[in-house]
Amino acid sequence: MEHYISLAVKAIFVENILLAYFLGMCSFLAVSKRVETALGLGLAVIFVLTITVPTDWLIHKYLLADGALAWAGFPDVDLSFLNFISFIAVIAAMVQLVEMFIDKFSQKLYTALGIFLPLIAVNCAILGASLFMVEREYNFAESAVFGFSSGVGFFLAIISMAAIRQKLRYSNVPDGLRGLGLTMLITGLMALAFMSFSGISL
Amino acid sequence: MAETDAAVEKKVEVKKKEKLFSKKNRRTLSDPLSDNNPITLQVLGICSALAVTVQVNTALVMSLAVIAVLAISNVAISLLRNLIPSKIRIIVELAVVATLVILVDQVLKAYLYDISKKLSVFVGLIITNCIILGRAEAFALQNKPWPSFLDGLGNGLGYAAILIIVAIGREFLGSGSLLGYQIIPDGWYAAGYENMGLMVLSPGAFILLGLIIWGQRVISKKFEQ
Repeated sequence: MEHYISLAVKAIFVENILLAYFLGMCSFLAVSKRVETALGLGLAVIFVLTITVPTDWLIHKYLLADGALAWAGFPDVDLSFLNFISFIAVIAAMVQLVEMFIDKFSQKLYTALGIFLPLIAVNCAILGASLFMVEREYNFAESAVFGFSSGVGFFLAIISMAAIRQKLRYSNVPDGLRGLGLTMLITGLMALAFMSFSGISL
Repeated sequence: MAETDAAVEKKVEVKKKEKLFSKKNRRTLSDPLSDNNPITLQVLGICSALAVTVQVNTALVMSLAVIAVLAISNVAISLLRNLIPSKIRIIVELAVVATLVILVDQVLKAYLYDISKKLSVFVGLIITNCIILGRAEAFALQNKPWPSFLDGLGNGLGYAAILIIVAIGREFLGSGSLLGYQIIPDGWYAAGYENMGLMVLSPGAFILLGLIIWGQRVISKKFEQ
């Protein structure tokens, strides 16, 4: 159990998928203008990540990895080069599902998220988490914990960013720094703050 | 007077349309390098831009990979543009891009194994690099293959330019070297100079890119509200 908690803490704070690995920056920058939309996107990302990482683990383990097809009588087949394309297909399908779900249950959130909902499919954080899962050779339970806590990490980062940007609306910022430039600088400071968690080990 | 000038210019442009490097095509190629840079002005593709910029050589390889994928995918999607049903176009585009990225990944693993290990997941993440899908959606779906190729090349080069500038800054300040060769003389270290450890870590990249964006917007005078 302790092992999983420490994995979760690491994925949420120390190795935050956004602030330490720069994944998911595009939607982070575009949707962090208001807290409500950031909240919606953050939740959607947690949901999609929690489902896709374990699903991709199953696909990798039983279909694509070296020797994974031994149960079907092909012990020498290595299809791991198909990882990218099958992961992205799983993600695209999941995103479609979430989109239909939100459309049905919260019309308001659906219109607020607008174009960014389908764009979760191309959110680097989602594919990145699956690829990290393969690279770090997690088992099934670990990959589920990792997917969920990466999502929470993204959620925390985007919510705090949206809150800071809402405050900043009233401040006097130099012309050239307004918008993207300032957002990058704040993200840098936030990454610095999150790094201070790196001393924690459970 | 001004009107006639514009009319003449328009005529010339129409005449030149068949040429490979007409004015319009040249603009397609050169605009993304500065005035419409994909990273600093269109805000696309930042994800991977920062992660691979700790050293210049990884940034160079990454840039080449992105330029190749972007140019080829733009041509492929532009060739297919009349065949793709608009409802499932994202999936089709992703399939095209993913196939190209698999090719690039295999080539890197075969010829540049060390660097491909260092790039780790970020080669695969070219699939979800917003530049690729963004240009496919915004340009290749409406234009002929040749202008799409130029657009892909131009945006790839614009991306590469920022990537390499950030990488030079980070490797120089963070490790005191460029392309792995030590630049800062030993005498400086003896005199108390220290590498800036922050630059190697992620906050350094964010702050450096923020400053570059600030600088570029002041120069090009394109401000956000």
